[in-house]
Amino acid sequence: MQCYYSVGSNMAATDETSVLLRSFECEQNLLSRPDGSANVRQGDTSVLAAVYGPGEVKMSEEIIDKATLKVIFKPKIGLPGCAEKLQERLLRNTCESVVLAVLHPRSGVNIVLQVIQDSGSLLSCCINAACMALVDSAVPMKCLVSAVTCAVMEEGRIVLDPDSKQEKESSAVLTFAFDSRENNVVTCSTKGCYTPEKYQECLSACGAASRNISSFFRQAVERRMSKEL
Amino acid sequence: MKEVPMSTCEREFILKAIRDRKRIDGRQTYDYRRLKVSFGMERGCCIVDLGDTKVLAQVSGKIEEPKKNRPTEGSIIINLELSPMASPAFEPGRPTESGIEMNRILERNIRDSRAVDTESLCIVAGEKVWSIRADVHVLNDEGNIMDAASIAAITALSHFRRPDVSVMGEEVTVHSPEDRDPVPLSVHHMPVCVTFAFFDQGEFLLVDPNRSEERVMDGRMVVGMNMHREICTLMMSGGMLLVKEQVLRCSQIATVKEAEIIELIQKALDKDAQARQAGEKCGFAESVPTNKITTNRKEATAIDTTAAAQQASQVIQEAGPVDKPMSNMLVQAPGTVQIGEGLVNTWQVDDEDMESEEKEGREKSVTNGREAVATSKPTERKRPVKAVSHAEGSDSEEEETVMLFQGDDETKSTEQPDSTALMQPSNSEKPAKKKGKKKKAAQK
Repeated sequence: MQCYYSVGSNMAATDETSVLLRSFECEQNLLSRPDGSANVRQGDTSVLAAVYGPGEVKMSEEIIDKATLKVIFKPKIGLPGCAEKLQERLLRNTCESVVLAVLHPRSGVNIVLQVIQDSGSLLSCCINAACMALVDSAVPMKCLVSAVTCAVMEEGRIVLDPDSKQEKESSAVLTFAFDSRENNVVTCSTKGCYTPEKYQECLSACGAASRNISSFFRQAVERRMSKEL
Repeated sequence: MKEVPMSTCEREFILKAIRDRKRIDGRQTYDYRRLKVSFGMERGCCIVDLGDTKVLAQVSGKIEEPKKNRPTEGSIIINLELSPMASPAFEPGRPTESGIEMNRILERNIRDSRAVDTESLCIVAGEKVWSIRADVHVLNDEGNIMDAASIAAITALSHFRRPDVSVMGEEVTVHSPEDRDPVPLSVHHMPVCVTFAFFDQGEFLLVDPNRSEERVMDGRMVVGMNMHREICTLMMSGGMLLVKEQVLRCSQIATVKEAEIIELIQKALDKDAQARQAGEKCGFAESVPTNKITTNRKEATAIDTTAAAQQASQVIQEAGPVDKPMSNMLVQAPGTVQIGEGLVNTWQVDDEDMESEEKEGREKSVTNGREAVATSKPTERKRPVKAVSHAEGSDSEEEETVMLFQGDDETKSTEQPDSTALMQPSNSEKPAKKKGKKKKAAQK
């Protein structure tokens, strides 16, 4: 049985200048044990992130003036391998740029990510989930991070938030993470071949899309805080 | 991270309540918490919520060679992962003793009781069989992981569809889902585990303990049973002694409980099958209530990227022309290129007087080459040809090193024959090349 498409996915416009972001959903605080948790769904791609911290850290991993960030990325099938370690590294670097680690020296913040469904744009979904989980856990941050993936198709067309079919057919997949304040690039990860011009185009397109996602995050948090306890 | 230890007064409170036949969350002794089974978009993916305990299971299939002693049977692998997400006490990597124990119970429950037929997983006897793998991830630990994991595993196995395979003589064709509908696994029966927690040396028992009850219990018993009232697994642990009447009583309670659970699983599977049949949207997204303030949803939005294209071209223009790749590359030999000159050698190096003149001559041609590549090329090309013929004449050790500067490599190889033979050719040529150039520079 083939997968069912959600509204918006696989519907990239033929016009090169207007592209669609898939439907975006975020659920916070769904797990009782972690300090913060978030489930972010971009179209059919779904990632669950949980944050523990600031808490105890092993003596060997302790840093005297900052908190130690640890990211654990769990794939759905099989045991974690090298590809997962790379993802963990990328996510850790992204989170270290925004988390105010100096406020919690000699402690540890553990971020655990579980892939629930992979239908394209996995890395950007992971970054968004990690950010929302950090917000939910009240770990102090400078700003939010919003990530967007885009794919460069064979004919040169750019597709934002590609699903797995589009990613397979593309010649390059680029993921950018932007900060929510000044829309500067926090992380950039690419796969495939592209010209410098295409790179700049993707960067600008993703920058425009990330503002959209940042406003969604703000909306999600406002909605969460809307009721008085 | 360490788990927060339970305080004595909390422990005493829970035990006292149990002795008064009361549970902290208000349930009756034999009551289960709210059980919810939801399926993902992919076949073989399901999430089970038992109260607040959350478990995700995913089944996948791969074609492999069968075991030598069972050539006509496929294999079922069950992997229970205690994710660090579920509890701060779970560490990634090596599973803990309790994790291994639970994994073994799951395996015994499903694999050893032959819940899934392995003979039907055979494609070509002795060569190709299906190896079905069920990964069970614990996402939140609020007690009784065992039951939730067993429900998730057997539900995912029943939900899974493997690609259809046809064998025509020697040829095996695996059909894609678009070609032919995937085929379900043949599940004979659904064994489900029911966990009992014992207190006061077996005097009081509770079904489906939550986390705080698990921490104060003396021991537990896991009974795995199927719809035909067959016990598939029976395991007791915890250092307590039970009377045999207790064991029989537990199995009778388990009969009732697992009938309810299996009914619920069946209903969920049927509902999902109906939804897929009707072509409706299915997946975890559908099972999340959207009226909670912790959920937020935004439909697909179009992003205007006209500004993006303009911005991009602007950036490219402002950046100016890209530096062309260096034109002062000299091809020394096939696969070797020289760019620029080395630095002055600051190490103690033996002077090679006999080669110095030859080298100086070559050096001049090299400098000429940088200014006018075309003219120097013929002279450069001569050298590689010479080098190759030289190498062919010499023994194998020297042949391994690609000759850059004939004289150097010859002397180098005679000085350290073993090292050049052992080292990779690329490694050996780099130091040789550098030393040669430094020598020339020094001699200049």
